[in-house]
Amino acid sequence: MATAGQVIQAGAGVQPAPGRLAQWWAAVRAGKTGYLFLAPFAIVFFLFTVLPVLTALGLSFTYYNMLQPPHWIGLVNYRNLFLEDNTFLIGVKNTFFFAVIAGPATFAASFLLAWLINMQRARKALTLIYYAPSLTSAVAMSLIFSYFLSGDRYGLLNDLLMRLGVINEPYQFLKNVKSIMPSIILVQLWMGLGNGFLVNLAGLNAVDRNLYEAAAMDGIRTKLQEMWYITLPMMKPQLLFNAVNAIVTSFNVFWISAALVGFPSPQYAGHTIVGVLYDHAFIRFELGYASAVAVVLFLFTLGLNRIVFRLLSTKGDY
Amino acid sequence: MSASVYADYRVQPRKRSPFGSMVLMLFLLVVAVFMLVPMVYMVVNAFKPIDELLLFPPRFYVMRPTLQNFTDLVLAASATVVPFSRYIFNSTYITVMVVGVTILIGSMAGYALSNKHKFPGQGAFFTVVVSAMMFAPEVTTIPRYLIVNGLHMIDTYWALIIPPLAAPYAVFLMKQFIDGIPTELLEAARIDGANQWTLFWKIIMPGAQSAWATLAITSFIGTWNDAFGPLVFTRREVMRTLPLAIFTIGGGVARLGALSAALLLMTAPPIIIYTLLQARVLESMTYSGIKS
Repeated sequence: MATAGQVIQAGAGVQPAPGRLAQWWAAVRAGKTGYLFLAPFAIVFFLFTVLPVLTALGLSFTYYNMLQPPHWIGLVNYRNLFLEDNTFLIGVKNTFFFAVIAGPATFAASFLLAWLINMQRARKALTLIYYAPSLTSAVAMSLIFSYFLSGDRYGLLNDLLMRLGVINEPYQFLKNVKSIMPSIILVQLWMGLGNGFLVNLAGLNAVDRNLYEAAAMDGIRTKLQEMWYITLPMMKPQLLFNAVNAIVTSFNVFWISAALVGFPSPQYAGHTIVGVLYDHAFIRFELGYASAVAVVLFLFTLGLNRIVFRLLSTKGDY
Repeated sequence: MSASVYADYRVQPRKRSPFGSMVLMLFLLVVAVFMLVPMVYMVVNAFKPIDELLLFPPRFYVMRPTLQNFTDLVLAASATVVPFSRYIFNSTYITVMVVGVTILIGSMAGYALSNKHKFPGQGAFFTVVVSAMMFAPEVTTIPRYLIVNGLHMIDTYWALIIPPLAAPYAVFLMKQFIDGIPTELLEAARIDGANQWTLFWKIIMPGAQSAWATLAITSFIGTWNDAFGPLVFTRREVMRTLPLAIFTIGGGVARLGALSAALLLMTAPPIIIYTLLQARVLESMTYSGIKS
C-alpha cells in the first residue's frame, strides 16, 4: 500500500506520464455521460465550424478555382488584398465605418430602451413593437426601406421633404455615395435593436430585487446610481453577449447593403467585406483569394471581441 | 443615518415627477413609431390595388383595400418555374427542423458543459465554442460549401438543415442558464434513482424553459430569414426559400403587387410565433428567480 503510493509519487517526479495518464483516463471515464451529451453538437460543430476555419486558413495561401486542385502561392493573396485590391480596401473601410457607428449605437440603445421600458406600465406592448423589427428579414425590410428612401418619384421621404419645402428636388439617398452608408446604418439600427433589447430585458428581470433594497441601505438613491452600481454589474453576462453579437452582426453586414443599394453598389459605396468574399468566392470562383478575405474578416472580429471581453470583464468586478 | 436612507428609498418611486415620466413615455412612443412605420407600410402595401401602388405622389395609406395581390402572387408565381407554395414549404420544413434539432443538441451540449458535469476537455471545448461566437458564420462559407459539396448535399434539404446546427450561441445560452439551476435539485433526483437522461428531461429542460424559448425564437428568425445559406448551397429554384423568392418575384412594375403580398407573407410567421411565445417567455422569465 505504502509502497504503491511511493512508487506513484516517485514516478510522478521522474516520469509523470503513466500516473497522470491513468488519472486522466479515470476522469475521462467518469465524465462519460458528459461526452455523450456533448457528442451530437460536437460532431456538427467540428464538421461545419472548426474544420472550415482551419480549411479557410489553409486555402488562403493557395490559388484555387475548384476545377484544378489548389496550389500553394504563399502570401500572394494577402499581398494582393492589401496592396492591389482597391475594392477590398473600400469594403474594409465601409465595414469599419458601419461597425464603429452601428455597433455601439445598437448596443447602447438596446440596453437603454430595455432599462427604461422595464419601469413602464405598457411594457408588454412596447416590448413587442421594439422587438418586431428583429423578427423580419433583412432582404424583405430593405426593400420596404427602399420605398421610403427611393430617389425617384415614389420615395416617401423625398415626397415628405419636398412637401415640407426642405428640398426642391428628390435626393438620391440610395445612389449618392455620401448617403449610401448612412442609409444602410439606419436600416441596421432599425433591425438590430431588438435582439439585444430582449436579452437585456431578460437580464433585468433576473436581477435580484433584494439587491436594490440592500443598496438603498448603503446610500444608493437615484435610479441612475442603481443602474450603475447594481444593474450593470449584475447584467455582465447579458452585456457581454450583446457586445459580441453587435460586433459580429456589424462585421457581417451584407444583405441590407445588397437589397437596399444593389450588389455591387454605386461606386462600391455600400461594398462590405462579406460582399467582397461573396464576389470572389461564388461569382469569380477565386476560392483561395476569397478564403484570404475570410481569414482577414475572422481576425478582425476575433481581435475586436477579445478587446471587448477584456474591457467588460474588468468592469463590473465590484 | 441608515434608517433615514431606507425611509428615503421607500418614498423614492413616488417622487418621480409626472413631467419627467411624461417626457420618458413620449420618447418611448417616438421610438415605437419609428419601429412601426416600415412594418405598417408593408402591411398596407400588401392590400393596395396596383394603381394605388403606382400612385404619384406616393400615399402611405390604402384607399380601396383588395386581396388582388395575393391572388396575383399565386398566379404570377405559377407562371414561373416554381409555385409560391413551394417556397413556403421549403422555408417551413427547414426552419422547423433546424429549430427543433438546435434546441435539442444545444441544450444537451449546454448541460454537458455546465457546472453539473466535469470532464477533461470541458473547459477547452467551451472556450472554442465561445470563440466561435466571435466571428460570423460567413467566414466559414467557402469550406462549408466544399464540405457540403463533397458530401453531395448541394441542392438537398440537408445542406440547409445541417450546417446551421453548428450554432455556438445555442450552446452558450443554454450553458449560461443551466449553470444557474440549483445542483441540489439534481442531487435529490439522483438519489431517487434517476439517470442522466431523465434528469435532463425532468429537471434541466423545464428549468431552462426561458432559455430555450428564447433560443427557439432566435433560431427561428435566423433560419427563416437566412438568405446566404440557400444562395450558396442551392442551385435549383425548387430548393430555394422565401428570402430568395423575393428576388425571383421582384423586378418589374407588373409584379409589384405580388411582391408586396409576398413580403407580408414572409414577414408574418416570425412575428406571429413570437407573439404566441411571448407570453410563455415572459411567464418563464418571472419564474426564473432560480438564480439566488
